[in-house]
Amino acid sequence: MSTVAPIIQPTQPTEPKNGPAVAMIRSWKSPIALGVFAVLSFLLLVVFGRDGTSTMRLSTSTDLVQLPDVELPTRATGIVVTILLVILAALSTWLVSRHRKVSLWLISGFAVLVLIGFLAWAAAGHTIPVPGLLFGSLSLAVPLIFGALGGVISERVGVVNIAIEGQLLAGAFTSALVASLTGMPLLGLVAAMVAGVLVSFVLAAFSIKYFVDQVIVGVVLNVLVTGLTGFLFSQLLAPNAATLNQPPRFERINIPLLSEIPIIGPVLFRQTLIVYLMYIAVIAVYIGIFHTKWGLRLRAVGEHPQAADTVGINVTGTRFWNVSLAGAIAGLGGAYFTLGSVGAFGKEMTAGAGFIALAAVIFGRWDPIRATLAALLFGFASNLQNVLSIIGSPVPSEFMLMLPYVVTIFAVAGLVGVSRPPAASGKPYIKS
Amino acid sequence: MKLELRGITKRFGTLVANDHINLIVEAGEIHALLGENGAGKSTLMNVLYGLYQADEGEILLDDAVQHFSGPGDAMAAGIGMVHQHFMLIPVFTVAENVMLGHEETTFGGRLDLAAARDRVREISDRFGFDVDPDALVEDLPVGVQQRVEIIKALSRDAKVLVFDEPTAVLTPQETDELMAIMRQLKDSGTSIVFITHKLREVREVADRITVIRLGKVVGEASPTASNEELASLMVGRAVDLTVDKTPATPGEPALIVTGLTVLNARGQIVVVDVSFEVATGEILAIAGVQGNGQTELTEALMGLQPRVVGQIALYGKSLRGHSVRKVLDAGVGFVPEDRTEDGLIGEFTIAENLMLDRSNREPFVKHWNLQLAYLDEFAEEKVKEFDVRSQGIGTKVGRLSGGNQQKVVLARELSRDLRLFVAAQPTRGLDVGSIEFVHERIVATRDAGTPVIVISTELDEVAALADRIMVMYRGRIVGIVPGDTPRSVLGLMMAGEVPEQGGAAA
Repeated sequence: MSTVAPIIQPTQPTEPKNGPAVAMIRSWKSPIALGVFAVLSFLLLVVFGRDGTSTMRLSTSTDLVQLPDVELPTRATGIVVTILLVILAALSTWLVSRHRKVSLWLISGFAVLVLIGFLAWAAAGHTIPVPGLLFGSLSLAVPLIFGALGGVISERVGVVNIAIEGQLLAGAFTSALVASLTGMPLLGLVAAMVAGVLVSFVLAAFSIKYFVDQVIVGVVLNVLVTGLTGFLFSQLLAPNAATLNQPPRFERINIPLLSEIPIIGPVLFRQTLIVYLMYIAVIAVYIGIFHTKWGLRLRAVGEHPQAADTVGINVTGTRFWNVSLAGAIAGLGGAYFTLGSVGAFGKEMTAGAGFIALAAVIFGRWDPIRATLAALLFGFASNLQNVLSIIGSPVPSEFMLMLPYVVTIFAVAGLVGVSRPPAASGKPYIKS
Repeated sequence: MKLELRGITKRFGTLVANDHINLIVEAGEIHALLGENGAGKSTLMNVLYGLYQADEGEILLDDAVQHFSGPGDAMAAGIGMVHQHFMLIPVFTVAENVMLGHEETTFGGRLDLAAARDRVREISDRFGFDVDPDALVEDLPVGVQQRVEIIKALSRDAKVLVFDEPTAVLTPQETDELMAIMRQLKDSGTSIVFITHKLREVREVADRITVIRLGKVVGEASPTASNEELASLMVGRAVDLTVDKTPATPGEPALIVTGLTVLNARGQIVVVDVSFEVATGEILAIAGVQGNGQTELTEALMGLQPRVVGQIALYGKSLRGHSVRKVLDAGVGFVPEDRTEDGLIGEFTIAENLMLDRSNREPFVKHWNLQLAYLDEFAEEKVKEFDVRSQGIGTKVGRLSGGNQQKVVLARELSRDLRLFVAAQPTRGLDVGSIEFVHERIVATRDAGTPVIVISTELDEVAALADRIMVMYRGRIVGIVPGDTPRSVLGLMMAGEVPEQGGAAA
């Protein structure tokens, strides 16, 4: 997929040292991918285009500011979108042939166009409630985001965290139990964090102290937590559902003014405490990792533990406590399942969310903000499937369910650029 | 600050790495610690730096006994270290690396990068370093990275500075600059411990010399001692520092490389339009500081590099674009620069390692079966011929000393019918006895009529072996000069300066 074209400038050997000469390796990945999507769009939107009108509803009935519905003629929209897609694909081809980079903006714009075209096509003759679509996306993304933040912290400090799934599930179970018993959702939240930390303790102890392979410990922990919560659920929670598995849920809190912003207000600012905590967590983790002493040391330990050791940083301790912190954050994500959305614990209710969160970590290149955006994308893909099956779209729901995973595979395969994990991630620090 | 080590003993299992070592470094003195690879110098310094805990003995600073439970304590007491393998985080900036471990923060716990930058600039200006505090460390040349290490130590007010083999990665010019920096530091009152095995440097800069052999202090010497005196003290017997070798009788050009360009995985050109020839019966030494394209060049010859443009012809047949298997079958023998990583499998026995590159055919494999009896016979013979000291051919290679490991690699590569022999850093990290042996075998290979390429960063080795010397700088050939070219000229060439005249004629 790449062609080599060395550009050898006749440089003087005595020039100032500024690293080796750079040649371009032209990567044809993006033009090929964009081209394929443009062709697929042509087939779907034009050749197999549907007639009718697609309506996008932008406001809910309770909104202060009412936006009018947007009505798109389905086939015409498809044709316009396809033409734009072909132009963008051609543009990227031209850029690559001229040894220039295809910017992320171009790819993002392309993706948005594909999305608009697809939505219009799928909704021919129907109405898509845009606020509902986005609100549901955020709801599905909340546990993914908490899990991904936990993953980012853990991997940045040098411990691969496969156990996110287990941490989510443990958090979900414990928060349901504690909140049901005490009647206080806040206590449930605290209990979820404790549960996540406990799972992390096991991961940390085995991988940091005893140098057991981190991936294996993580997988075993997932199986263990799944089995344990499943057992306790069927023996304890299911027979006593009224007392042990009926946690009070967090109330929605509308933030004045902000919640009245058209479209995004109802989505972002009519949420529960857990979601607001999530906003804070994302910002705090981002600032923490890149702008504080804690983050500098954490990253140093994950990149080059020996160097960190030689400047007096306790590598083992740093790893242990940060993996524990990661568990606490992932535990919060688990609490969202029971206290935020579903309202009761169900066996294996996380259903692989931990693994999607892990994918978000990689897709987001170990950066809290990017990982959050990746989690939102995965949440959107899942919810799109829900909405389309409600309005009766012609796409099989199984196909839509595949979408987050397909996106992940493309992402991990490097379509979004070469991602470089923390250098010492997954490697135990054995002091001789 | 005066540093004193009293009776330091450090054991690893049954191995005594340091045996009651005493050392006194006076304030404002450069004290060289001289010893062979594996003599225990680095272990001693790691004890001093708190990375290891001594089993016996004590460390005194200005006559006060110190207890270091980790590097943090040692640094707080005023000990700084410039490590042989830089302890820098490649993806951090210079300022971030310097502040790591003693970060200053501003309001709300945010890192005070401005203060760190100022600190870097201030120290950098004091010693004329010219280091950009915002540069990413991985983008800096090694010489500059070393200065970052020095800044890092000085930013913590180090009064005793340990340099662990600091010149291994430097050009001769950079080495001279480092010496000047060391003198400057000394004049400002810093005590310096200079660990090395290079005699020339010691005599140039040290005030006093302590020689260590097999974990023990074997003597002190003054910088006025001759090379031979120092070497015999270091090795424990009289050492012949030259290699016996008759003038080369080169024949026809055997390997012809034309316009070779290599790109690395990041798309950088690491070897630029390189053309040269090697004739039968001569040794071409490729000299240059580590990281100037020599590694990639040899890997391209072996078929280990995927992005290669240009021609490689051995006796008229092209080698470029062929698999490593094909290249080996064409009669190329190869000693990789990192024997533990690329040359041997540590968990395999000596015998198994000896047949690694011939595991696909007779006589070692017949009808899909290993011919173990033949292998044992072969291995016994080679172990004797190459003087590999071990408990027997069933010993795992990972348990051998560096010198014996390298002998196993040589035995494997030289026991085929070679039409070209490529040896990359053949004596790196070896003791003097093994170095002598390896050099003899390389010269013997040449005398048998095989064209030989030796890649080395050590000028002593280049001077001892080469019939012709090709110097590389930033992926290019600076020049190809005769084997008796003076060191000063080679040093300039290694920094990229084309020799005045007669250079390209050789």
